[in-house]
Amino acid sequence: MSRYLFSWKIGGEAGFGIKSSGLMFSRLCNRVGYEVFGYDEYPSLIRGGHNTFEVTVGKEPVASVARSIDILVALNTEAITRHRNELNHGAVIIYDEKTTQITLTEDELKRNIKLEHVPFGEIVASVKGSPVMRNTVSLGASAALLQIPFKMLAGVIEHTFGHKAEVLDTNIKVAQLGYDVIAKRIETIDFKIKLPEIPNNIEMLLTGNEALALGALAADLRFYAAYPMTPSSSILHYLATKAVSEKLIVKHAEDEIAVINMALGASHTGVRAMIGTSGGGFSLMVEALGLTGITETPLVIVNVQRPGPATGLPTWTEQGDLRFVMHAAQGDFPRIVLAPGDHAECFYLTAEAFNYADRYQVPVIILSDKFLAESYRTVQDFNDSLVKIDRAKSVMSDSALARMKNYKRYAVTETGISPRSVPGQANGVYLANSDEHDEFGYSTEESAMRIAQVRKRAEKFALAAKALNGANLYGDPKAKTTVVAWGSMKGPVQDAIHWLPDKLRDRINFLHLNILWPFPSEKVRQILSRSKQALLVENNSNAQLGGLIREQTGIHIEHRLLKYDGRPPYIGEIKERIMDLF
Amino acid sequence: MPSFAPKVDPKNPYDTPHAPTWCPGCGDFAIWISLKKALEQLNKKPHEILIVYGIGCSGNMANNIRTYGWHSLHGRAVPTAVGAKLANRNLTVIVAAGDGDSYGEGLGHFIHAIRGNVNVTYIVHNNSIYGLTTGQASPTSSKGMKAKSTPEGLIDEALNPIALAISAGASFVARGFSGNAAQLQNLMVQAIQHPGFAYLDVFQPCVTFNKLNTYSFYYERVYDLQADKSYTAQDRQAAFVKALESDKLPTGIFYKDSKRKTYEDELAYLQGKALATYSGKPRSVKKLFSEFK
Repeated sequence: MSRYLFSWKIGGEAGFGIKSSGLMFSRLCNRVGYEVFGYDEYPSLIRGGHNTFEVTVGKEPVASVARSIDILVALNTEAITRHRNELNHGAVIIYDEKTTQITLTEDELKRNIKLEHVPFGEIVASVKGSPVMRNTVSLGASAALLQIPFKMLAGVIEHTFGHKAEVLDTNIKVAQLGYDVIAKRIETIDFKIKLPEIPNNIEMLLTGNEALALGALAADLRFYAAYPMTPSSSILHYLATKAVSEKLIVKHAEDEIAVINMALGASHTGVRAMIGTSGGGFSLMVEALGLTGITETPLVIVNVQRPGPATGLPTWTEQGDLRFVMHAAQGDFPRIVLAPGDHAECFYLTAEAFNYADRYQVPVIILSDKFLAESYRTVQDFNDSLVKIDRAKSVMSDSALARMKNYKRYAVTETGISPRSVPGQANGVYLANSDEHDEFGYSTEESAMRIAQVRKRAEKFALAAKALNGANLYGDPKAKTTVVAWGSMKGPVQDAIHWLPDKLRDRINFLHLNILWPFPSEKVRQILSRSKQALLVENNSNAQLGGLIREQTGIHIEHRLLKYDGRPPYIGEIKERIMDLF
Repeated sequence: MPSFAPKVDPKNPYDTPHAPTWCPGCGDFAIWISLKKALEQLNKKPHEILIVYGIGCSGNMANNIRTYGWHSLHGRAVPTAVGAKLANRNLTVIVAAGDGDSYGEGLGHFIHAIRGNVNVTYIVHNNSIYGLTTGQASPTSSKGMKAKSTPEGLIDEALNPIALAISAGASFVARGFSGNAAQLQNLMVQAIQHPGFAYLDVFQPCVTFNKLNTYSFYYERVYDLQADKSYTAQDRQAAFVKALESDKLPTGIFYKDSKRKTYEDELAYLQGKALATYSGKPRSVKKLFSEFK
């Protein structure tokens, strides 16, 4: 439990400033010296409805949602009725009794849960502030409860509102008043958690989508196209703000079909291109995914998953598209499927995705999801000097091209990889063809050439399968119990393992997969053969990885934690399932 | 396993080893020859050109012109061309697609390409029929046309793509006819030279499946807009009136606005350079970290 300290949650209507409070609280904890993980849940609407932001705070990195709340900030009654069952022993509810009538149950009283009234509305009215500032009052109260010096909160408020002087002053005033309410009676509140200042560097607080976009930029992304779709849109938003300074084109196209075809056009000219969407948009792109395959055009495709089918749960999370992206589009052709596990992997694996796309001249699909993409985490600066660019045979110098006597874009080679020229280069004229084609790209329906080109494309996949390994084992390789998960479940599983009693923790290892296709069959078989029992953790209903493991290794994983209600598995849920194994 | 090397004939630099597979008399031949002549007239080298083809009889031309090419998906040639031109504005980018491609499956892209005004030339082989799928009514087939998918006669009204383009704000709108190759070549030259999205619809008789819109059908109806010197092609309303004519069918340039900025020019921060000029090495992103702190 050492790395986890407590959870804080704020709830209220959309438009109450829930997310900005969550971010300010997260930043505050980091400035005091702690690591945070922030996650917001919201319905698919702009005003009304119920929004929350939950912050997990730890001494060491934390990477998931505890749903075991120690401080609940309730900006309306619903925030209490909906979340009172998530309260930890000894938790405090910060609320305004003028707007929220609530009495604690006997059980809640027994569990030492406390109501702390802070007059949000009165305080805001006293300085003629806007009603939305009630959230800042609650931040003041939260800081006082954790005995964080007020000046640290003032610093964060200044960081947030520094560019708007008038709003800044009022926010600081109301935060101070909220702080004082709790500070005055802190001795009377039976609350054990304090957040003393510890030395630590201020870290980045960013989302998985932002980390992914930074990775793409580091890898020399020059063309990004997208059509807005939750939860992928923040990649579009972030990159759009960087287009001018970083010299890239960011195109919001008319639909996802245009998105992928535009990106193919851009990639055809030799620049690194990426597109982003969620499952619905990916569905529209599928025909052109096959076109990417047959024309052997490098392309990075981000699918930030949300629960389907169709519109599904637009603003919630799921890992439901693994099988879909592996098999999407007619015919056989190679593709690579990556699934970063955390924010750092979003950066480094995305950067590497461009090398894979260039090296094997294939579509590379990155599977993220709402949980990873929109969660905030404190992370140390990424090391961009670790990002290498390897364009392999996907670009040739003019002189190298001139030296080739008989340039064939789709030359049948031993590795399956052929040299690629780009429009504008003399001596490199060729046709990229959605029809089956000969080595120059011209259409052919001849049996022998069809077989040769299908094999050539398959060879590239065989080469990738040898070179890539997406199976990562954490913990003691000799442990007899293995937890298995892919993509975004890395953080929740790792946090859950840390929650286990020491003795149990040493008996468990964790197999995490972040490259799903080509599937690391040999390594997964070895690891699972060594362990006596395994638990599969997936955020979908059908155990898509479980099926894949069985297909590729013959091993059936019996124990499963499958969650598909739009929420990620919480730390405690995974911990309990692991304990059940013993 | 033969792959025919594209031997370059200096006299015919745009020729490939592959002859077209169209029916004798197909209107596509005139488009093919006129396009090659237009490129020659403009002195464009094969490697400076990217032609994006749709899928259909028109798209099969991909095998018959030696330039950089992209034989795309049905309906998707336009966005591919837009992406390529945005990424490398030094290329001459041309789309060759059919009426099923352009006005059926890909109609949405047409309107949005007009909005963006990317400097791409869009040539539509319009034969008012689906040829390669052996004769179904297309979006420009006349109401009442009997075809394989409409044995009782087509219920839908024909689309008027010229009127659509003008109303959507296209900066260059023209119509050619395969029966007048000299005019067609000239229209292609002007379309390619136009700084912006240049749209050229071409009446292209399908001699096998469309028994209604034949060469003689068009010869009886077409006339050249530019024969009337008072028609300036600068007036959008006048162009729209011309676009609605149906007894006689105007050809030539309906409308032209050379002053409208291209999408590429709007991206001033790229200073008129191809994206590839900036690329090639890792980008330092350290400077971007501070805004997250």
